[in-house]
Amino acid sequence: MPAPTIDHTLDEILNLAALHFKVPREKLTPDDDFFKTLGIDSLQALDLLTRLEHHFQIELPDYELQGVSDFRTLANRIQARL
Amino acid sequence: MIEFEGRTLSWQIVNGAIELALHRDPCNEIGSVTLDELEHFAAVLPALGKEAHALIVYSAQKAGFSAGADLRELFRRGCEMEKAAALRGVREFLERIHAVMNSLDALPLTTIAAVHGVTFGGGFELALVCDIIIADRMARFCFPELRLGLIPGFGGIPRLKRDLGNAVVRDLLLTGRSFNVMKAQQIGLVSQIAAEGEALRVARATASQVGKFDRGTAAAAKHFVKPIPYAELQREIDIFCELYSRPAVEEGLRRFVENEGAQPYLP
Repeated sequence: MPAPTIDHTLDEILNLAALHFKVPREKLTPDDDFFKTLGIDSLQALDLLTRLEHHFQIELPDYELQGVSDFRTLANRIQARL
Repeated sequence: MIEFEGRTLSWQIVNGAIELALHRDPCNEIGSVTLDELEHFAAVLPALGKEAHALIVYSAQKAGFSAGADLRELFRRGCEMEKAAALRGVREFLERIHAVMNSLDALPLTTIAAVHGVTFGGGFELALVCDIIIADRMARFCFPELRLGLIPGFGGIPRLKRDLGNAVVRDLLLTGRSFNVMKAQQIGLVSQIAAEGEALRVARATASQVGKFDRGTAAAAKHFVKPIPYAELQREIDIFCELYSRPAVEEGLRRFVENEGAQPYLP
């Protein structure tokens, strides 16, 4: 099965973040700083990472997220593991 | 003392299992008060053990099982004291917490860690003394100490080496990365995965099952399959103290303590 496109991956990330952190989906855009938009700290970011790993069935070492704070870059990191 | 309600933890006996609950805000950071109360717990365990067949350790904090050692207290004490005194204090703390961990490790009861969320550093090490780790689907494990210029100090490396292959131990230790419950089960660390919020219930069911067997037989089986690496544990304290003396550690602790950004728990 071919890997999903980056747009598809990005869309799934935004859907999951909106659902879990109870933020209206239409308020999230790919270039948002997810710490600010979702109002989360680093512990909650780890929670998001765990949910994304389960959702995409991947392992994404957290050092790959160093300095990553927007959904688009996060999607690129995930895409590289699919 | 069958029941206890402390500042950082509490215990009671439920259906033949001692339940030790960690409840210090924000995420069960292990400092001097927790150590005092853990020592109190270890002291009464022989009496508690007569009334129970298992021990369950869990967290009542939403964020997770434990974020590890109280780094703010460690940094503050290092600043308040002259260096030699601070080092003596660190060694004393480590000797004391190792004594508690070793007594839990050797306990002639079946011990179960029911973990969720953040299970980092000293919290991870507390889980590692238990015979069985049951993890919530959202649990996350990590040894972040190298980020501070230290190694795990509560017995983590010798116990991880006891339970896992050395190559995996090197990856987890040297990258300081966190990993999820699927990885933890794949490498043999976690034996049972529970749905979100269900780790304690699964741990209670497991404790009930182990209670069906003869206690003496269970204790003999545990003693046979779970040797305690005392020499390596002592060596860990020595290495930790050698590293703690270096200026890089104070800087690493300062960076963590003074970090007001959103990412102090990310590498």
